[in-house]
Amino acid sequence: MPYKIVAEECTNCAACETECPNDAILEKKGTFIILAEKCTECVGHYDDAQCVEVCPIPDCVVIDERLPRYAA
Amino acid sequence: MQARIIPIFENKPAGGCGATGGGGKSSCGSAAGRGDLSPEVWEKVKNHPCYSEQAHHHFARMHVAVAPACNIQCHYCNRKYDCSNESRPGVVSEKLTPELAAKKVLAVAAEIPQLTVVGIAGPGDALANPEKTFKTFQLIQNSAPDIKLCLSTNGLALPDYVQTIQDFNVDHVTITINMVDPEVGERIYPWIFYKHKRWTGRDAAKILAERQMEGLEMLTSKGILVKVNSVMVPGVNDDHLVAVNQAVKSRGAFLHNIMPLISEPEHGTHYGLTGQRGPSAQELKALQDKCEGDMNLMRHCRQCRADAVGLLGEDRSQEFTTDKVAEMKVHYDAEARKAYQAFVEKEREDQEAAMKRELSGLAEDAGHANVLVAVATKGSGRINEHFGHAGEFQVFELTAAGAKFVGHRRVDHYCQGGYGEEETLETVISAINDCAAVFVAKIGLCPKKDLEQAGIEAVEEYAHQYIEQSLVAWFKGYLARLRSGDAVAVERGQGSLRQGAFVA
Ligand code: SF4
Ligand code: SF4
Ligand code: SF4
Repeated sequence: MPYKIVAEECTNCAACETECPNDAILEKKGTFIILAEKCTECVGHYDDAQCVEVCPIPDCVVIDERLPRYAA
Repeated sequence: MQARIIPIFENKPAGGCGATGGGGKSSCGSAAGRGDLSPEVWEKVKNHPCYSEQAHHHFARMHVAVAPACNIQCHYCNRKYDCSNESRPGVVSEKLTPELAAKKVLAVAAEIPQLTVVGIAGPGDALANPEKTFKTFQLIQNSAPDIKLCLSTNGLALPDYVQTIQDFNVDHVTITINMVDPEVGERIYPWIFYKHKRWTGRDAAKILAERQMEGLEMLTSKGILVKVNSVMVPGVNDDHLVAVNQAVKSRGAFLHNIMPLISEPEHGTHYGLTGQRGPSAQELKALQDKCEGDMNLMRHCRQCRADAVGLLGEDRSQEFTTDKVAEMKVHYDAEARKAYQAFVEKEREDQEAAMKRELSGLAEDAGHANVLVAVATKGSGRINEHFGHAGEFQVFELTAAGAKFVGHRRVDHYCQGGYGEEETLETVISAINDCAAVFVAKIGLCPKKDLEQAGIEAVEEYAHQYIEQSLVAWFKGYLARLRSGDAVAVERGQGSLRQGAFVA
């Protein structure tokens, strides 16, 4: 559950949206957000978080410290 | 600086006019702007304004920005803004949905019958957004099947979509290829995203290079035209681009367009921020000459801003902003467009025939004379622009073979709001000071005198007539005047080039 998108950094390029295996990313009022309840940190799908890997902006997709890490 | 387009096949006979090998130089001296293209390729590209200067007079193209995502990172791109490779850096293009994009295309096509080509290019990569790209193509095809489609890509995803590209009848693909050697590539691309993984360094560059070559080969084997763009980065890939030229030539790409790196620090790109400079005009030209072997071709790429709309230097994109398009009622009239295109076809034949007629007797007179002249035009192949309103001058070379387009020079309008400015006139003169004459629809008395003092004859008598025919007619008279001593050939300047992207 714990990835989030830092809205000020996001360019709305939508690259992450198509890569997420859980359809956890969507556009809302012009910025992209991650639905925490759907995000599995890509566990069970890929070795690396797809949104982090594809995002062109450093430190734009980050761990959401307020939430517990995903446990399968 | 203008990019020059280099045809990268040689020794193909051009149009049965006794073309010889030797760097592919064609001996037809054709005014049709076809450079060294083979008849089949010419047939495909003749109405494409990006590939032929002559087509630029009659036809327009537009890009729609529906594909903002990208699957690689280039050091010359700041993704917070734009794909600097495909458009003017720092200018944020509007992002469109496929539905809005298709509507925009129809709105523009209804208003501007000259529109023949729609492309999907940066910001982003057309094939990193396959759903949006092909959805847009489909919508356009459904309502305007006469419009040609093209796309630009970095090539990483290309092999996966070659079949789809063919199914959609896309007839031109541009691939940006900056290297074939991963050692060079790792200094251009910090990473790629491929097979659900971020790759960096040499591995990333190796995958990218292999995918680009594979995609290029697949496209050309299906007969789809491929142009290759390369960004010249001094000290990184400048010498290496000769090898790139060889590699893409041997795989069947039909044009190679080498563009200078644009890297101002304020664009915030990696290169901009680390002080990587772009090439000088001389360096660019030296490299182009090394790749080219022959100068006889298309040199009209204006590095257009991606979202520009209109013909030659005109930008009507403000009439077609997202908000305005969303409101518009669009009436698409295929018949009117067909009629316009038939008219253009006829005009072009007339122009070519007129030039050929005019050529008779020239060869004996001209000998080895070689004269540059400038033309003010707003398109249609005619001398139809007022000197003071010209945003660019087209430069033609006059020789025994006739008139040949060799480039354009951008200038500020001399006449801003009705009065001329002395300073602008000076820069206009320095932009065309290598020319013996400037052809205009009209010119004021004062600028005419100043031009004369600078050794440039202002010619109004061919106003609204065909460019090439008029130039040849004038040339004959000029040669006669030289012989009789009424005119003298003078030492001329270099003609200064202006930096930056052009708007249309
Ligand atoms: S980490 Fe994986 S599952 Fe979570 S939002 Fe990113 S791509 Fe989707
Ligand atoms: S990839 Fe990054 S910049 Fe692009 S939409 Fe997703 S979070 Fe935003
Ligand atoms: S391919 Fe285009 S959008 Fe992608 S990083 Fe390179 S320049 Fe930018």
